[in-house]
Amino acid sequence: MYNYTDFDTAFIKERNAQFRAQVERRIDGSLTEDEFKPLRLMNGLYLQLHAYMLRVAIPYGTLNSRQMHVLADIADKWDKGYGHFTTRQNIQYNWPQLRDVPDMLDALGEVQMHAIQTSGNTIRNVTADHFAGAAADEIADPRPVAELIRQWSTDHPEFQFLPRKFKVAVTGSPNDRAVTKAHDIGLRMVERDGVAGFEVIVGGGLGRTPMIGKVLKDFLPREDLLPYLEAIVSVYNLLGRRDNKYKARIKITLHENGLEDFSARVEERYALIRPQFTGVDQQMLAAIEADFALPTFRQEKVREYHEARDHYPAFRSWADTNLAEHREPGYAIVTISLKAHGATPGDATSAQMRLMADLAKRYGHDELRISHEQNVILPHVHKNDLPSVYSALRAAGLGTANVGLISDIIACPGMDYCALATARSIPIAQEIATRFDELKLEHDVGPLKIKISGCINACGHHHVGHIGILGLDRAGVENYQITLGGDGTEDASIGERAGPGFSAEEIIPAIERLVLAYLELRDEPAETFLQTYRRLGLAPFKAALYPEAQANAA
Amino acid sequence: MPRAFTPKVVTANALLEGDVIYQTATGWSRDLAEAEVLTDEADADLRLIDAAQQVDSVVGAYLADVDASADTPKPTHFREDFRAKGPSNYAHGKQEAASHV
Ligand code: HEM
Ligand code: SF4
Repeated sequence: MYNYTDFDTAFIKERNAQFRAQVERRIDGSLTEDEFKPLRLMNGLYLQLHAYMLRVAIPYGTLNSRQMHVLADIADKWDKGYGHFTTRQNIQYNWPQLRDVPDMLDALGEVQMHAIQTSGNTIRNVTADHFAGAAADEIADPRPVAELIRQWSTDHPEFQFLPRKFKVAVTGSPNDRAVTKAHDIGLRMVERDGVAGFEVIVGGGLGRTPMIGKVLKDFLPREDLLPYLEAIVSVYNLLGRRDNKYKARIKITLHENGLEDFSARVEERYALIRPQFTGVDQQMLAAIEADFALPTFRQEKVREYHEARDHYPAFRSWADTNLAEHREPGYAIVTISLKAHGATPGDATSAQMRLMADLAKRYGHDELRISHEQNVILPHVHKNDLPSVYSALRAAGLGTANVGLISDIIACPGMDYCALATARSIPIAQEIATRFDELKLEHDVGPLKIKISGCINACGHHHVGHIGILGLDRAGVENYQITLGGDGTEDASIGERAGPGFSAEEIIPAIERLVLAYLELRDEPAETFLQTYRRLGLAPFKAALYPEAQANAA
Repeated sequence: MPRAFTPKVVTANALLEGDVIYQTATGWSRDLAEAEVLTDEADADLRLIDAAQQVDSVVGAYLADVDASADTPKPTHFREDFRAKGPSNYAHGKQEAASHV
């Protein structure tokens, strides 16, 4: 893992000291809210519906057991004993008090964490494939590059006041688990004639105008990455609209100016600034790469794993859904579900955080990851240790075997916490999960991604859910709109609106009708919901959602 | 005809905890039931200005509609209902405070 240099440590210390003084001046009334708000947002502090919220960055979703322990300690000491992991690989605390926030930031600083650039019109926390460095299908670990981008973008003087927020995601694998096509810039590692490089995707984004990113460069040699990124962001900085917040994201800049024009400007800018990058960045990258060296894997015959599979159906079921293929044959990637049926997606108690940290330390080479799907990952576990890991998880309420299934729902905080929400999302997720658990259908239904947002901002990624649910306020009543066929992978697509929305009471039965219809419609059990949808289109699903309309038409 | 003025309360978040608060005749309360119901538009505007000036204790004051037909004011919109109650997934915030008394 990357370790802070003396420079990093001093920088964080100073930022925290500045913020402490700003908080004091706010409390004694010498700063007004208008003056204070941009300062607190720069440090990840929001004011939500019922309380403040502190958003802490987990760079590219990677952390060690010590950091996870501190996240748990913060939850106990200054919050209500839990934290909420988000789609952007952050953790949010929902109940901090203003006076305590500087202490929370200092506690984070002790373990090389912070909340800088988790808000505001800056380059945000860089996200990456949560299986980075472990996945069998990977070309190379994307995290050294993500860390390089983080260092380049943090406090970058030119990019502190961009037209709008700016999100970058990186994947090192052809199977895109980082939703790169829904980011302002998505980077996919590729190889051409034995040379390592990137496919650069620009202008993806969700929110009120969802767009799939477009390829700006199909092959960018690795060493040209920073100057090219700098060229893109500086063209956007000048060209992006500042007159209208809803047209300020780079996706609109690209849309209004056209890919060709945008690309020409980037090339021009690139030619100008390329000579300034003299290779220091590549030296830095080499040093960072050493920090991400692979752990020393244990060479041992896999035996206990197979025995446990043969004897314990619950373990087998969990292993079938929650494990992914590791690059090292004797190892597995464990996804710990934070989606127990009926629980709040993405929430973990301090006790659960500590347990996951201890398991990582004991069995997982001291590494943990946070996925954009709001789960926690132990990237390197020897298969013989899986039975022990599973029983410890299960005892802590973390053994749910549902990763990738219908109850593994992404949900944003919605109107239970968020000041911008137009409806709640958490209770809808809880009810869907509870209902399908009762029906005992989810393993039969197979891979199905439901994603829920509590307003048009789409923090819950509903546009790229196989089933997306968007909560709206229709004449003072919560109303839920369904989109179908969205996909956040390398074949990314935006879901299609199915028709009129449903009330909070109607939405769960509607989802049930939809899923039962899929079971009827699929060619064979191996055909997933998304495949069936792509084969048949909207019509048969629409018929299941709106049976009255069918009856009326008949 | 201008739209009739509907009853309102002044609401905001407390600076230190962020908790939802309501203006009363004499100060602030965390309980909507204790809020002062404002039925006169000019009066409501003045009370809001007064609230907005208290920069060292309240944040983001605004006027929220209430139903004043019962003994105590009730929210008319679900957002205000959630603000008055707290989140629905845990008994935190005001619900927790209520269970402690
Ligand atoms: C304080 C609560 C939050 C606020 C005020 C907030 C605000 C916003 C806004 C205004 C947008 C739209 C940006 C645009 O289209 O220009 C947005 C997008 C987004 N937010 Fe949030 N958000 C919050 C919480 C979250 C949480 C909890 C997550 C993760 C679960 C999240 C992840 C995202 C993502 C993934 C997008 C869409 C991708 C994009 O186009 O940027 N946000 N958010
Ligand atoms: S989608 Fe809307 S409701 Fe949900 S967290 Fe984002 S801004 Fe809030």
